Amino acid sequence: MKTDSAYELVVQPTCGWLRIDWQGLVHYRDLLFLLVRRDFLAQYKQTILGPLWFIVQPLLTTLVFTVVFGKVARISTDGLPPMLFYLCGTLAWGYFAGCLGGTSITFLSNAGLFGKVYFPRLIVPLSVVISRLFAFGIQLATFVAFLFYFKFFTAAGAAIHVRWAVLLLPALLLHSALLGLGVGLWITALTTKYRDFSYLSQFLTQLWMYATPVIYPFSTIPERWRGVVALNPMTSIVETYRCAFLGVGTVSADYVALSVLITLVLLVTALAAFSRAERTFVDTI
Amino acid sequence: MSDVIITVDRLSKRYRLGQIGATTLREFAERLWQRLRGRDPQAHMSRIGEKGLGAALAETRNSGRSGSSERNDSLDEIWALRDVSFEVKRGEVLGIIGRNGAGKSTLLKMLSRITEPTSGRAIIRGRVASLLEVGTGFHPELTGRENIYLNGAILGMRKAEIDRKFDEIVAFSEVERFIDTPVKRYSSGMYVRLAFAVAAHLEPEILILDEVLAVGDAAFQKKCLGKMGDVAKEGRTVLLVSHNMATIQGLCGRCLVLERGRVAFSGEPAVAVEVYMQNTIECMTAFADGRNHPNRQPGMAAIIEEVAVLDAAGKLCADFFQEHHPRLRVRYNSRNVVPTLAGCGIALEKAGGVRVGGFNSYMAFPPPHRLPAAGCVEFTLDMPHLTPGRYWVTVSLGSHQNHLVDKITRCVAFDVHPSDIYGTGYILTPADGVVALACSVKVEEL
Repeated sequence: MKTDSAYELVVQPTCGWLRIDWQGLVHYRDLLFLLVRRDFLAQYKQTILGPLWFIVQPLLTTLVFTVVFGKVARISTDGLPPMLFYLCGTLAWGYFAGCLGGTSITFLSNAGLFGKVYFPRLIVPLSVVISRLFAFGIQLATFVAFLFYFKFFTAAGAAIHVRWAVLLLPALLLHSALLGLGVGLWITALTTKYRDFSYLSQFLTQLWMYATPVIYPFSTIPERWRGVVALNPMTSIVETYRCAFLGVGTVSADYVALSVLITLVLLVTALAAFSRAERTFVDTI
Repeated sequence: MSDVIITVDRLSKRYRLGQIGATTLREFAERLWQRLRGRDPQAHMSRIGEKGLGAALAETRNSGRSGSSERNDSLDEIWALRDVSFEVKRGEVLGIIGRNGAGKSTLLKMLSRITEPTSGRAIIRGRVASLLEVGTGFHPELTGRENIYLNGAILGMRKAEIDRKFDEIVAFSEVERFIDTPVKRYSSGMYVRLAFAVAAHLEPEILILDEVLAVGDAAFQKKCLGKMGDVAKEGRTVLLVSHNMATIQGLCGRCLVLERGRVAFSGEPAVAVEVYMQNTIECMTAFADGRNHPNRQPGMAAIIEEVAVLDAAGKLCADFFQEHHPRLRVRYNSRNVVPTLAGCGIALEKAGGVRVGGFNSYMAFPPPHRLPAAGCVEFTLDMPHLTPGRYWVTVSLGSHQNHLVDKITRCVAFDVHPSDIYGTGYILTPADGVVALACSVKVEEL
């Protein structure tokens, strides 16, 4: 879509592998925020608890983890209160998984809309990533409340050290958003051709969580496997979260750099795959 | 050349039939596997015969790509649009007509950037808003107010622009009282009115419309048509796809006829409508061979040979405007079947099963009733005006009034298209019953 001095649009088969309608994105920025608003308003209409579900879901998950992995399986939590350990992991993982899950259905759930009107398709996944921030905010507040309680009112409080690294939270969020976006865009681009990926993605996300140190600390992984686990970009994100908020975790510059690199590669290739899929997906879906 | 706002140059779009609908990974794997081993049964045998994969592949290579599979590939493709070229001038209202599948929607979709062309290109010199559906992106849980903003933004309006036009939009939609109610509680009429109101307040230089005028009740349709007329008068360019010939003739300055993905005609709307009508003779419905007809009633003798729907000029025709008089021609031969034939009848049925009425030669002539042993009977429908829609015709022949010799139900059909029969601009729709009543009206003030 080339634009000349005035307003000229050329509709023709695109060549090139990474064509993003930046101008369109800027023009449609209001739509981005209206979509975020819609997601937020529509999600919990006709529910009693409303946005409280943002808290209930991770709390229940944490509770299950505490019972199953903490009490029954007795997996190490690096000396931290299991509840807090899992809550931190779920917080970090939840935002990423939300971004991934939300963006991976972009084409399937908006097929009707996309088939009738043009706007830069990237607006939709971007709105997902932003609207998930609300849930994250509420969950973060819950987590901080628990952190406060454990730190000052329990004996285990001595083991918890909140570090200055918490100030890196925006960077961590950006990192997980970009990673979730990257994987989600890949999946949604693939689902335009093969629906199988929509089933696969849920299963894969679940599997990925267990491959990430969410319910176990990185430190329990045998030395020779650490390099492999560090190839998973989520590993260093979750560990950094834990290190920042709880003071226990394995963070190394190498692993972080590797994670950022993999994320960027995934994101750029995903953008290419997405922009390739968006051109004609209406014909195949 | 500056007044040309849209240039379409050899625009083409190919669909692969296999790609329509989702493919599964399994199908892909199967296709890959087939390609790998070729479709040669010999190669298949060698796989079973425990030869190495290499040998099987070599054999496939030697046998070459089979010609038949390549031919299949090209059969799986259809060109929804092929080398379509035209220009639109600034301020022009261009109508696009054609039968289902002629490529109208594909053309609009490409011009509105929903899907990319396979080849060719279009240059568009202005802001485009396309309206291929009313209410795109409406969310049922959100209120009318929230949906105005959302829908407006989806159609390309900025928030400030919607703020400015908000009151106007609400007033046009006539749903002021329910503006803070979720639209899922709206009646379908209210929903459509709100949706159209948003769309009507877009201010693009080029407006692309697909059949959206065919919504709402008659009064609202009229309002929409009025608004469209205003848009055109303001000097904006409009591309309009419609099946409603009255709309096309009333609004458009020029009209394209698409036929199987190509431009069949471009020019005066009145001529275009004529071209369209001629091209769309549906031989399947306008003509029936009676000798082996599947709809013949059981026990009947096959004496009806042909049934045809004709226009005033005597040509096969399946499309009529309301003021036209379709002619039904029945050719039969009863020699060696029955000694005498007394009458021939037709019955009209509207699609949906409502019987409109019937007519027969007993009504047309006083007794004694006699028809030649072989011949033609032609009925011309003088009265009344039918409402738009599709009509099926049942034909029968009898040896006397209570004894049928042959009867074929729904053997031919024709379509009636809306036109301004009252001369007041009030257009009837298929929902307005079967017969267009005509009354003289007197209004008294009390």
